[in-house]
Amino acid sequence: MTIMAAQAMLQVERVSKHFGAVSALDEVSFTVREGEVVGILGPNGAGKTTLLRILAGIFPPTTGTVRVAGRDPMHEPLACRQAVGYFPENAPHYPELRVQEWLRLVARWKRVPPSHEAEAVDWVLEVCGLQEMAQRRVGTLSKGFRQRVGLAQALCGNPLVLILDEPTIGLDPAQVADIRARVAALRGYRTVLFSSHILSEVEAICERVVVLARGRVVAEGTPAELSSRLGVRQRVLLRVDTPLASARPLLAAIPEVTAVRERAGALLVETNTDIDLVSRIGQLVRHRGWTIHELRHERLDLEDIFLELVRRG
Amino acid sequence: MRGVLHKELLLYFTSVLFYVVATVFLLLAGYFFWTNLDFYVRFGGMNLVRGLWQYQFYDLRQLLLAMIPLLTMRLLAEERRLGTLELLWTYPLRDWEIVAGKYAACMVVVFALLGGTLVYPVVLSTLQPVQPGPLLAGYTGLVLLAGAFVACGLFISALTDSQIVAGTATYGVLLLFWILTWNEAALSEGALRLLVPFSLFDRFQVFATGGIDTRDVSFLLLFTVAFLAGTLFALDARRWRGVR
Repeated sequence: MTIMAAQAMLQVERVSKHFGAVSALDEVSFTVREGEVVGILGPNGAGKTTLLRILAGIFPPTTGTVRVAGRDPMHEPLACRQAVGYFPENAPHYPELRVQEWLRLVARWKRVPPSHEAEAVDWVLEVCGLQEMAQRRVGTLSKGFRQRVGLAQALCGNPLVLILDEPTIGLDPAQVADIRARVAALRGYRTVLFSSHILSEVEAICERVVVLARGRVVAEGTPAELSSRLGVRQRVLLRVDTPLASARPLLAAIPEVTAVRERAGALLVETNTDIDLVSRIGQLVRHRGWTIHELRHERLDLEDIFLELVRRG
Repeated sequence: MRGVLHKELLLYFTSVLFYVVATVFLLLAGYFFWTNLDFYVRFGGMNLVRGLWQYQFYDLRQLLLAMIPLLTMRLLAEERRLGTLELLWTYPLRDWEIVAGKYAACMVVVFALLGGTLVYPVVLSTLQPVQPGPLLAGYTGLVLLAGAFVACGLFISALTDSQIVAGTATYGVLLLFWILTWNEAALSEGALRLLVPFSLFDRFQVFATGGIDTRDVSFLLLFTVAFLAGTLFALDARRWRGVR
């Protein structure tokens, strides 16, 4: 079965999901276009997994509509599932099955024609770097390889859309980098929706971010758009030999400065203008005769944006 | 469905539990056959059905009651525990295909176990003529009974993520259906009349003595269908209950 490629691969319109009295999602809307890598970002309990399960066809929304590759999962569930490769959190697997055995079963379930089954499995083994592990039982593999098997089963059958729920959770830094690189390599070839609560990860891989908090979308856009939405253009970190309590009001008195915060014995000075903030702070420090231990621009990362958006949301 | 069946058979035949269950089943079945044959030779008279097969089928029935919960307990409970059920739901598979594949796989295992007991009539036929009719009736009854047990076990396995809970509860429920009418003294006549049709123990009596009663066949098939439908409902509950 072939699914016509549509420009919008995932469309979520006013989707709500309730489990009894508990509301997991509340009027969530966003669109993911073909070839995009989009991150779903949110703290634990924000509704990320519920949203991904709806898109993967596990259960329908209580209200609202979802379209996957232009089709409605309510009316064409099997075609929609065929268009999606899903990687659930913690990469569930059958420990007793061999990697190749398992992927052949997945290929069969995803309706890969029997004549192409071996080829399809070889391809995902190669893409995920699992050729050496093909005859090993999944339960005997390291966590990093098991995550790769999870990615391989999602890619099996060549789905148009990949939905990955926290694919790097519990991995060591080298394994995280490996999975990230494999997902990043899919950009342009596959539409990817990637959930994480690790902000730097989403920032590194995704072109666009949807921030969820308490079941609602609190922000959507590129990391740069989100930072400008917060009204913070630059941030400077200052570490000096004077008590922070006395330095803080003096820094806050600089007209363009919008906020001064303390963090781990340093001061973070923020502005929403393009002035040369480092120079302005340098002048003040010289004028006061303080000794500088550290003075540098700090990259405004998603962590700050995320925390602020969640707080506001 | 064939993919699910294939996967389940792979999992059965790679698990130690299957080999333990099969060994215990066949050892006990053999022991029962030996003692039943001994009884038949000493006291059974000339009627092979009444003197030997009846008792052999009763014993096999007992063994199925004890062994089937061990075979069904992991079917869906383990999938829930591992999180693989969530994965199966995202493949282009209908729920009935998942249920049918698992049910069929467990029945294949039951057929394999019962198939091992066919050696007894074959051995006996070398010593004296064996009528196939009563044996066919007895094995039909065992297969129908096992089918009902497996459906019940599959349903209970769909309700929990603990294999132990699933196995224990299946055994408890089957035992309840088994002994429903045993305490006749404690039941009023009306209650007894109401319960008799639901007694799995009573439903097997005719099969064991070489007959097939369509009412028993219908009941056992209905029992099976009801529990399979219940399993589908339990899987569908994710719509309003969530995945866990």
